[in-house]
Amino acid sequence: MAYSKPLPEPSGVTQPFWDGAREGRLMLQRCGGCSRWVWYPRPFCPGCGGTKLEWRQTSGRGTLYSYTIARRPPAPMFQGDVPYVIAIVELEEGPHLTSNVVGIEPEKLRVGMPLVVAFDAVTPEVTLVRFRPA
Amino acid sequence: MGLRGVSAIVGLGELRPSRETPGKSALDLTAEVALQAVADAGMPLREVDGLCVDPITDAGMMIPSAIGEYLGLDLRFGELVDLGGASGAGMILRAAAAIAAGQCESCLCVTVAPRLGGGFWGGARHQSTSALPEMQFEYPYGAIGANYAYALVATRYEHEYGDTTRARAKVAVDQRANACQNPLAFFHGKPIREADVLASPMILDPLRMLEIVMPCGGGAAVLVTSAERARRLRRQPAYLLGAGEHITHRTITYAPSLVESPIRAAADRAFAMARVDRADVKLASIYDCYTITVLVSLEDAGFCKKGEAADFALRHDLTWKGDFPTNTHGGQLSFGQPGLGGGMSHVTEAARQVMGVANGRQIPNCDVAYVNGNGGFLSEQVSLVLARAA
Repeated sequence: MAYSKPLPEPSGVTQPFWDGAREGRLMLQRCGGCSRWVWYPRPFCPGCGGTKLEWRQTSGRGTLYSYTIARRPPAPMFQGDVPYVIAIVELEEGPHLTSNVVGIEPEKLRVGMPLVVAFDAVTPEVTLVRFRPA
Repeated sequence: MGLRGVSAIVGLGELRPSRETPGKSALDLTAEVALQAVADAGMPLREVDGLCVDPITDAGMMIPSAIGEYLGLDLRFGELVDLGGASGAGMILRAAAAIAAGQCESCLCVTVAPRLGGGFWGGARHQSTSALPEMQFEYPYGAIGANYAYALVATRYEHEYGDTTRARAKVAVDQRANACQNPLAFFHGKPIREADVLASPMILDPLRMLEIVMPCGGGAAVLVTSAERARRLRRQPAYLLGAGEHITHRTITYAPSLVESPIRAAADRAFAMARVDRADVKLASIYDCYTITVLVSLEDAGFCKKGEAADFALRHDLTWKGDFPTNTHGGQLSFGQPGLGGGMSHVTEAARQVMGVANGRQIPNCDVAYVNGNGGFLSEQVSLVLARAA
């Protein structure tokens, strides 16, 4: 059956992130001017206004900053997924990503627990970036 | 100087929220509340020379002129306000600014929501996921709508400051008691107890069904005029003494903090402009899309210290006859959320209380009221201070 959930439609600026995910690497931009990590992808650094951004591979490690367990689907195509975990992950490098935590019973989740990236190729073109307990 | 005492709310129109509004377009609803508001003020409609409106789904562009034309207005100021739940309060700020700048004298602020059923996702419409970052980086993970964002706030808040379960339930219960004194409220006549809240289904941990607003159809209109014109009308105005706005992010992922909202700067500016102390506030009319929103807002608006809102809510009676009246119309949790008219309901209730016309739930001597509008995911904040005297 065709994948019916929302998929990213990358732009020129965001394409390297999704290309990285497909190759099993969590890629983020880093500002050459002020050394900040930039998330989400932009053509400039919102911290210093600089435009010298480099794509760098991150460690793929982070901690659980906050989470919730979706008991009801927010849109019909997520009906088959509930209950699922929506989380904000604080990457080791600093930025916060919203994603899912998989591979653990939701009741065992704890804020602050260590997580590691878990790539999920949902279609031949798109790999989503989820996380699992480290 | 700012906007202190320059303008006043003089007329209110509001529909009873309903699950659906069959056969009524946004323009039909606009006409209903607009005519109510000018009649309430005792001002002829043709005297309205300013208009603030919210985005109307599917109406395309140039909405102020469309509504002005429909109402037969000759406008000197037209504004589309797109601040989510903060739009209602944001309209009052913009109306006051236009009046202060001499651009118009009487500005009608309208929020309406026709509703034909359907959830947030709105059926089969295709949205390009590249239009906004959250469509590309949040939606694919099922992080859609507002519920999840406030659940993330609640989880992190409890991690930092401790359990809020009973305090959140208390907010829902006290506000329902208020709604039971308000015939316009959707849940009028349906009191609840703490046990009802705690037994309602878990939707997104830790938020339960009775802690989450119910989308409705309906709408509200508020007429703002110059303080000078207000004094020539027959009724008691609600003068605007202070206003402040603060916007830091859209999507919750990118909020500077999950537990400290941008309200603080907006409220500080509003109170400083008004030259009013928090202790003098008789009504807190605080945006309540969720119970946790009220707790975070009470802290960040400065009514209690950070981390103490749960204790504050449990110690105070938040009903209209209590020692810290909050959302005396029921709040959106019990009044209903008619689109952006939900945010406006905090303005209309504060104005009613200050005008002394909150029949059946009037706070004695309510000479100062605080309003907060909250848009998106604690993203957009507009604070207002209303008072009986300019």
